[in-house]
Amino acid sequence: MLVFLGRRFLLTIPTLFGVALVVFLLMRAIPGDVVTQLVGAEVEISPERLAELRRIFGLDLPIHVQFAQWLGAALQGDLGTSLRTGRSIMGDLLLRFPATLQLSLMSLAIALAMAVPIGIVAARQRGRWPDYLGSVFVLVGLSVPSFFLGILLILLFSLRLGWLPPAGFVPFLEDPLESTRRMILPALSLGLILAAATTRIMRSAMLEILSRDYARTARAKGLSERRVTLTHALRNALIPVVTVVGLQFGSLLGGTVIIEQVFSIPGVGRFALEGINLRDYPVVQGAVLLISGAFVFVNLLVDVMYALIDPRVRYG
Amino acid sequence: MAEATASVARAVPSGGRGAKSLRLFLFRSAGGLGLLLILAAVFGATFAPYLTPYDPVTLNPPARLQGPSAEHLLGTDQLGRDTFTRILYGGRVSLAVAGASVVVALLLGGALGVVAGYYGGWWDTVIMRVTDVLLSFPAILLAIALIAFLGAGYVNLVLAIGLVYVGPFARVARAAVLTVREELFVEAARALGSRDGRIVWLAVLPSAAAPLIVEVSLRLAYAILYEASLSFLGLGTQPPTPSWGMMVSEGRRFLALQPWATVAPGLAISLVVLGFNLLGDGLRDALDPRLKAR
Repeated sequence: MLVFLGRRFLLTIPTLFGVALVVFLLMRAIPGDVVTQLVGAEVEISPERLAELRRIFGLDLPIHVQFAQWLGAALQGDLGTSLRTGRSIMGDLLLRFPATLQLSLMSLAIALAMAVPIGIVAARQRGRWPDYLGSVFVLVGLSVPSFFLGILLILLFSLRLGWLPPAGFVPFLEDPLESTRRMILPALSLGLILAAATTRIMRSAMLEILSRDYARTARAKGLSERRVTLTHALRNALIPVVTVVGLQFGSLLGGTVIIEQVFSIPGVGRFALEGINLRDYPVVQGAVLLISGAFVFVNLLVDVMYALIDPRVRYG
Repeated sequence: MAEATASVARAVPSGGRGAKSLRLFLFRSAGGLGLLLILAAVFGATFAPYLTPYDPVTLNPPARLQGPSAEHLLGTDQLGRDTFTRILYGGRVSLAVAGASVVVALLLGGALGVVAGYYGGWWDTVIMRVTDVLLSFPAILLAIALIAFLGAGYVNLVLAIGLVYVGPFARVARAAVLTVREELFVEAARALGSRDGRIVWLAVLPSAAAPLIVEVSLRLAYAILYEASLSFLGLGTQPPTPSWGMMVSEGRRFLALQPWATVAPGLAISLVVLGFNLLGDGLRDALDPRLKAR
């Protein structure tokens, strides 16, 4: 087990390195460079002053040295400062991370709470109307954009029924109840979509396992269909589900960028979008690095859970 | 050489199930419905000027934020422009950007996947590590970041969405190539002295075609979603050119006054994405029973 975990952990290092390299190179894709973007085209500036600014930003150094310096600083938690506010980017990211984390976790909880039961029922009632209803749910969930779903939820629950506020955020630690209440609609917007993808996998995994020999043996022993499903099949069916949820977590994290915008939640995604609008490139870089790093970490976590659920993985 | 080619052609299993598959696809699955939705969208986008008397960008403030009526089928937006008209024209951008980005991804990702799968070894390692890194980013975030640094515009939009899909296409192509690489007919062609390019073109690619076609259809669904999302965030199509995502974003501010200006374009996105999803599922069931979703 320890060997497996150690090896898996080591494997994330090259991935993280690659992610960091791409994020660093993105900065190079901007037309001109940071200095010309910062100064703007209209301003008259002497070549000497430009060269000095480039030196301040370290742009006069060879590119691999720049990368090494940037990566070294990033590893120590220093992502530089905002070009607009001069504040530490890492500090701002940490301030905004809890909102994004809360949104992601609540979405995930909604997705699992829906997908597991719907998937089980659809598999057990294969070919009958609950199964078809489940397929419709899956197809609709995979086809509706999250931002549109969010707007429909606002239209129904805020504007028509007046049950929930249409936007706004309260930190969880300040007022857990109100915070959760305000996060319900945003979390539903992402959770329903994640639930659709997960339901599909849950159903097919359940179907496969219910047809296996050991499920038949359990039935032959005289166990009720309910026991067979819940004790014998569910645990095994959850293995592919964990993998898919892990992969889908990426689209969930990406989705937070959009949903934070719809519901005015001050999270990492909204921070990145503000950075984009202000051409504050280091801010965008930092936010992208943080979200992508979180995704790599979740994938690591998934593999660890995988090993816990399925002993074959550890010894394989 | 010609002999080798002929033997490859003979050795490759031909589609005898073709007609049956087509019938199965059109009538027994929802694929036909998906195709219908997509054709309707393509038709509407292509013949927009003949389908509506209005212009998509001309302002008409006195008629702003109207509900559906005989004059304005889906009402008007905050500047008095006909929503139905803007949806028709908006389809042009959405469909063109989605189509072009999937072509970029298919060509680049497909080529990388074939090289990785066919040559294996060092090529395989390097290409797969690169796609691994690309896949380590949340897809929409990578697209947003690319647009943020490259700047907005159609070419960058296509590149950003296309690049995101290089990884998935490379994986599908590689997997397909791996399954046929050791087949007897490929070995036979190699033994007869066919060049690599010829073998890939005549023996390997036809076998990889089915999963790639399915992948194209499903990725088109996502590409429409991503174009809409980026336009919604203001990073895609720029005003006044209409696009579905931007229409949802603009209409949102007037949601309480006139929901139609937001709901109608949102439904347009959902229906076209649904169309590609149904088409993809139907194609998968018809072309490759092994991939069938249980």
